[in-house]
Amino acid sequence: MNEKNNAPKLLHIENVYKQYGEKMILDNIDLIVNEGEFCTVVGPSGCGKSTLLRLILGQEPPTEGRLLLDGKPVGYPNTDRGIVYQRYSLFPHLTVLENVMLGPSLKLGLMERRRRKTELRDEAMHYLQHVNLHLHGNKYPHELSGGMQQRVAIAQALIMKPRILLMDEPFGALDPQTREDMQIFLLELWEQEKMTIFFVTHDLEEALYLGTRIFALSQYYSDDRGHDHKKRGAKIVSDHKLPSAVASNEIKHTPEFLALLETIRKDAFEKDHLQHVREFNLKHPDSYQTLTEEESNHRG
Amino acid sequence: MSDKPQFFGLHAQPGPYLTWALAAIPFILAIVIYMVAADIRHKENPQDKLLPNLSQMTDAAKRMAMDEDRRSGKILLWSDTAASLKRLAVGVALAAVVGLLLGLNMGLFPGMHVMLASGLTFISMIPPLSILPILFIMVGVDELAKVTLIFIGIFPVIARDILMAVNKIPREQITKALTLGATHLEVAYKIVLPQILPRLLESVRLALGAAWLFLIAAEAIAANEGLGYRIFLVRRYLAMDVIIPYVFWITILGFLFDSMLRLLLKKKFAWYVARG
Repeated sequence: MNEKNNAPKLLHIENVYKQYGEKMILDNIDLIVNEGEFCTVVGPSGCGKSTLLRLILGQEPPTEGRLLLDGKPVGYPNTDRGIVYQRYSLFPHLTVLENVMLGPSLKLGLMERRRRKTELRDEAMHYLQHVNLHLHGNKYPHELSGGMQQRVAIAQALIMKPRILLMDEPFGALDPQTREDMQIFLLELWEQEKMTIFFVTHDLEEALYLGTRIFALSQYYSDDRGHDHKKRGAKIVSDHKLPSAVASNEIKHTPEFLALLETIRKDAFEKDHLQHVREFNLKHPDSYQTLTEEESNHRG
Repeated sequence: MSDKPQFFGLHAQPGPYLTWALAAIPFILAIVIYMVAADIRHKENPQDKLLPNLSQMTDAAKRMAMDEDRRSGKILLWSDTAASLKRLAVGVALAAVVGLLLGLNMGLFPGMHVMLASGLTFISMIPPLSILPILFIMVGVDELAKVTLIFIGIFPVIARDILMAVNKIPREQITKALTLGATHLEVAYKIVLPQILPRLLESVRLALGAAWLFLIAAEAIAANEGLGYRIFLVRRYLAMDVIIPYVFWITILGFLFDSMLRLLLKKKFAWYVARG
């Protein structure tokens, strides 16, 4: 474990396993997320990216291991963590404005809520302005396009000022042009709000472009547990620091970007390219890995 | 392609006038068949009671809807309607509230589900009419028995329908509400309840038919006023001229309530209707 930096870690995940029945999904996950980071998690479909996110969210408990947020076990979903899903983030029976106001107004009693109605409304409008939807406050979610719905969902989560914003393929259902616009929009918002984001996607280019750090999760690796070991789940096979994101997609065409893309694609997505657990590319300074003896019997 | 078929085939697109005309055909057909049959019988016996003709029926309907009854001093059609609707309204309203609360809490809270699910399934398997005698013995033959029969007959259906609607709400939404700071009760009553209210309206619409059935059945057996009571009373005198207008009136009432609920759904829950 990395002891150089003693600043409190925002999110600390240690020896986390998740198993459904006989099937191992997450296999000894270790990771640390610092405040202000834009972390992206990428991996082949079925590798357990969304499972990892659900564990952080507290929607499900890990089979084994610890997940700490600000040093405390994460527990059930609460206001510490915000979430934006690919779909279903908005409440269909509330208008855009009511969707955004919902979080802050739930905190208040009935009387208090009535008394501070304009204040709540102004605050929600402020966030709607942030996501460029202040002219659509009175519409219902079904009247908005997919991109607009996701922006409302982001505003709805942001207004709660969560310690960490979790995003599960938030742009997965959008058309390519809208998707690119939303990426730039999210980067600008991240810079303004100085928030911590944990962003799950299956799109490697998106992950590299958005993140200040990228985790690759993959079930394609080898270790010393032998070929007959059945219960092998996904591990973090790659952890890179990325150049601070910029609100321009020019970077997507630079040689460094393309080289890194190719490396991670090979390490995480290629079925036949099996790296050994001791050779994972965990270059990020905060990266750490706890291997069990069976996984790595130190003879080599 | 330019010549769209009006009626035949997969691509038929009836125009506005034809739509009306086509929709009227079954009604006109039924009326014509009845009139012809009634006419044939009246040729043989002008006093025929089994298939009363139009003038006999309008006479009877006028008598029921406008003249005071000699014995009770009430205008029978209206006092019967009022009595029946009161029973129907109380029974259906109770069933809707109880069905909603049961379905909502069972759908969201696993503890509630475990406690109530098999009981609800069991109750919903009891043929309601078969317990009518029990109700008469236990709560007497007056209003309470009829309301209870309607209630027992339809609340399990509504509860199960609401339960299914709650189960269909994506898990993500509930998690989302928790991350926005909602308590468990707020998730149930502020997030989920408003979303299934429109489904409750639809559920009640479907249950209304069954509610009428139980109402008429209960009134037929023991009552001293009500639409069902009247029909079964005048049956003794073969008074088809009263029975047929009464049945017609009940049908109109049912149709009216159905349209009202549908309109309410469209007006108050546009987001629900639009999502389809």
